[in-house]
Amino acid sequence: MKYFFLQATLSRSLPFGEAGGALTHILFLSTTLFFIGMYGLFTRRNMITILMAVELILNSVNINFVAFNKYLYPGKLDGIFFSIFVITIAAAEAAVAIAIIINLYRSHHSIDVEDASELKY
Amino acid sequence: MDASIIIFYIISAFILVTGLLAVTSRKIFRSAIFLLFSLIGIAALYFWMQVEFIAAVQIIVYVGGIVVLIIFSIFLTQKSGDQMPKPIRSRVLFSALAVLFGLGFVLNLIWKYGFENTEPQNFNVKVSDIGQQMLSTTEHGFVLPFEVVSILLLAAMIGCIVIAMKASPKPYKEAALEVDENSISKS
Repeated sequence: MKYFFLQATLSRSLPFGEAGGALTHILFLSTTLFFIGMYGLFTRRNMITILMAVELILNSVNINFVAFNKYLYPGKLDGIFFSIFVITIAAAEAAVAIAIIINLYRSHHSIDVEDASELKY
Repeated sequence: MDASIIIFYIISAFILVTGLLAVTSRKIFRSAIFLLFSLIGIAALYFWMQVEFIAAVQIIVYVGGIVVLIIFSIFLTQKSGDQMPKPIRSRVLFSALAVLFGLGFVLNLIWKYGFENTEPQNFNVKVSDIGQQMLSTTEHGFVLPFEVVSILLLAAMIGCIVIAMKASPKPYKEAALEVDENSISKS
């Protein structure tokens, strides 16, 4: 079943007709995902949910890298490498952030960003 | 309408709806599960773009690693059945306005730029090519970022252990002195 879809992807001529290329549509998707993550970053006040919003933003950036590599520079692999490195750094960032959150919960018994204000003034 | 275009629209609708639910749901555990589905949808998009290696890495690292880590930290720090307090109305209003303005601006830019409707040339990513270029020391090799990232991962691992380690109630020197005094007084 999956290979049927892949064949369909390969054999098409002009993928999205007159309504802009496939690259334009993928960029619309990743932009919308980026701003959804931005909305979460603005409205949430819980540190774990803020971390989730940051993960959404990083994923939209990854989609951009892979799409530009596939549709504009199909002879190279640079976008693939950049998205691999972004995924690695995002994993390291998530691990460090969760360690900080757990340590903060131990000392403040809350992970709301409004409660962690010792360094504010 | 081609079959692959319909599949693309289904995948993108899935990603966007679950992503929106992940940032607006008021139960934090549900929010994490919606994030999980959104990341799976992004892996499906990579399969659609025929970059199977990145899709596999996405599933392994994000779905298998980061989301599980987030769920564990939710269980360690929250009562996961409780609803989070509603965000302030003015904050929701202004952030939605800012986000909508930015979204419209960037979408307009992309639409006006008009990337040409190119036929995708055969873009076959072989895993052996990725591995060879990753470790080659020639001009287009990525061995230096690879080593830098490995150092970064080591530093992150040690940093996590140091940050999350339970601090001993007394400094080590005092504790050691006390033990010494106890043993002296006993003998």
